[in-house]
Amino acid sequence: MKEAIFVYSQDQLSYKFNDDHPFNHLRLNLTYDLLQDLHALQESQIVAPRIASDNEIALIHDKQFIEAVKAAGKGRLSPGIAANYGLGTEDTPMFANMHEAAALLVGGTLTAVDQVMEKKAQHAINLGGGLHHGFRGRASGFCIYNDSSIAIEYMRKKYDARVLYIDTDAHHGDGVQWAFYDDPNVCTLSIHETGRYLFPGTGHVNEKGSGKGFGFSINIPVDAFTEDESFLEVYKTSVREVIEFFKPDVLLTQNGVDSHYYDPLTHLSATIDIYKEIPKLAHELAHEYCDGRWIAVGGGGYDMWRVVPRAWAMIWLEMINKRELVTGDLPLSWVDYWQKEAPVQLPTTWSDPDNLYPPIPRKQEITEKNYKTLEKALFHIRNEMKMK
Amino acid sequence: MIIEEIMHTDVVTLTEDATIKTAIKMLEENRIRHIPVIDENNHLIGIVTDRDIRDAKPSIFHSDEHKEDLLKPISTIMERDVFTAHPLDFVEEVSAIFYEHNIGCLPIVEDDKLIGIITETDIFHTLVKLMGAHQPSSHIEVQVENITGKLSEIAAIFKKRKVNITSVLVYPCKDIQYKTLVFRVQTMDPRAIIADIEKEGYKVLWPNMPGVIE
Repeated sequence: MKEAIFVYSQDQLSYKFNDDHPFNHLRLNLTYDLLQDLHALQESQIVAPRIASDNEIALIHDKQFIEAVKAAGKGRLSPGIAANYGLGTEDTPMFANMHEAAALLVGGTLTAVDQVMEKKAQHAINLGGGLHHGFRGRASGFCIYNDSSIAIEYMRKKYDARVLYIDTDAHHGDGVQWAFYDDPNVCTLSIHETGRYLFPGTGHVNEKGSGKGFGFSINIPVDAFTEDESFLEVYKTSVREVIEFFKPDVLLTQNGVDSHYYDPLTHLSATIDIYKEIPKLAHELAHEYCDGRWIAVGGGGYDMWRVVPRAWAMIWLEMINKRELVTGDLPLSWVDYWQKEAPVQLPTTWSDPDNLYPPIPRKQEITEKNYKTLEKALFHIRNEMKMK
Repeated sequence: MIIEEIMHTDVVTLTEDATIKTAIKMLEENRIRHIPVIDENNHLIGIVTDRDIRDAKPSIFHSDEHKEDLLKPISTIMERDVFTAHPLDFVEEVSAIFYEHNIGCLPIVEDDKLIGIITETDIFHTLVKLMGAHQPSSHIEVQVENITGKLSEIAAIFKKRKVNITSVLVYPCKDIQYKTLVFRVQTMDPRAIIADIEKEGYKVLWPNMPGVIE
C-alpha cells in the first residue's frame, strides 16, 4: 500500500468561470509546480481523476439540476430557469461544458476515496475538490456539484463507513452540513468565520443536527479578525474531542485556505502557520482512530499567489512525512517562474514575514469569545462523554 | 406576510368539560404549551396553558394528595379572556400583540370559529426568514442620509451587478440625520458591489473596521 496519492490532471483547470472570477484553479498548477520543484511529488504518486457518472452525482443532486447544468454548459439554458438553479449569477456564471468540468472535480474526490477505501493508499488528496456550498438542487458560492457530499454518500453506500468531515474553510460548510443534517453516521465539524457578515451566513453554534442526526453537526463560528493562536486552540481542541466522541472509520478534511490575512474575501487574520498545523493533527488522528484512512480535498483560497500554493503544498508534505521541507526558502525556480505571471510580489520563504499585519484591536475579547463559542459547540459532546 | 401563511391549522383542542388530567396528557403527548377550548360549534370559549395546569397541579411534595382535583373540568381553570387574531392580520401586527401582552400563543379566529393557532416559535421562525438569514448570503451595511430615495439608489447598484437581495432592514443611526441600510445579498464576493457603493459616495460600515483593514 502506498503512503499517499495525489489526484491531479491539467484537465481540472477546465472548471473556470471567467478570467475575473476569484475562484481560479490555476492554484492547482501553482501548487503542483511547487511540489515538483521540491522533488516531493513522484510520478508514481500521481493518479489522474476520473469523471463521476450521472448516477454518482445523483447520490446528492437532483436529476433536474444535473440536466440544467448540462444544458447550461451547452448554452441551452434560459437565464430565468438558470437563476432558479443558482446558475448564471455573478458567483456561478455559466460556462461551456460546465457539467463535464464539475463532474471531473467530483470524480477526483471519488478517485481519492477509492484509493483509500480499497487500501491502495493510506491517504489521498484531491485539491481540485472541496466545493462545499453546492446544494441538492442549486449551485451556490462558486460551487456547482458538491464533491464532498457525494464522496461521503458514496462511502456510506459502497463501504458502509462512518465518516467524519472536518471543514476549516473560512466559509461555513453549509452544503455538506445540510446534506447529512439528520444522519448519525456522518459527523460534520465546521470551523469558520461567523456568518454574521460573511457568506453564507449560516453555521451558528446551535446548528447541531436534527432527528437521529442531532449532535452530529458541529459548528464553531469564530469572530472576524481571529488570529493563529485562537484559531488553533479552537481547531485542536474540537477536532480531538469530536473524533474521540464519534470514532469514525475515515476522515475527510476540507482544506479551504481563506482564513489567511491576505485573503480578499474573508476577515480572519491567520498566517501561513496554521496551515502547517491543520494537516498535522488530521494526519496524527487518522492513524490513531481510522487506521490511517484520510482523504483531503481543497476548497476556498482566493489569494492564489501568496497563500494557496504554500498552504496546499503543506498538506501533501504532511501526508508523505516530509514536513522538514517546510522551512527556509521556497525553491528559487518556482518563485522565478511564477513571478512573471503574478500581479503581486510572491513570497520567497515558507513562513510569513513578522508583522504581517498591524496589531488587532480587541484581540483579547476575540480570543475569549471564540473560547466561549468552542465550549458551547462541544457542550453536548462533553456531557455525553461524561456519562459513558 | 399574513398570518394565514404561517399558522398551524391542525389545532389540538378540548371542550370545557374535559378533565384537567386529560389536558395534562394532551400537552405532554403533543409537546405543546397551549390548548384552545371550544364548544360544539367550534367557537373559541377559552384557553388552557401549561402555566394554568402547573398552578392547578399539586406540588411534587404532595403529589399523592388531592388527586381528585385533576378530575375537575378544565372550565374551572381555563382563561376566558383570550387574545385572538384573524388569518388576514399581518405578521408585524401579531408580533406586536405578543410583544405588548407577553403571551405565548394566539388562536386564529374567523367567523367566530377557531381555524388555527400561532405561537411565539412560529413568529420567531418567520422573523429569521424575513431577515433572509436562512439563505446563503453576505451582509453589507451602508450609512445613508435620512432622506427619501436612498434605498432605491443603493438597490440600483445591486441591480446593475445582477445580485439578488435576500433581505433589507433599515436601522436607526445614533445621529438621526442618518440611517443604516442592512442588506443580505446572494453573493460570496461582495467586493465589486462595495467598491461601487463607495464610488457613489456612500459610507460602507461593514465590511470595514477602522484600524484593521483599510
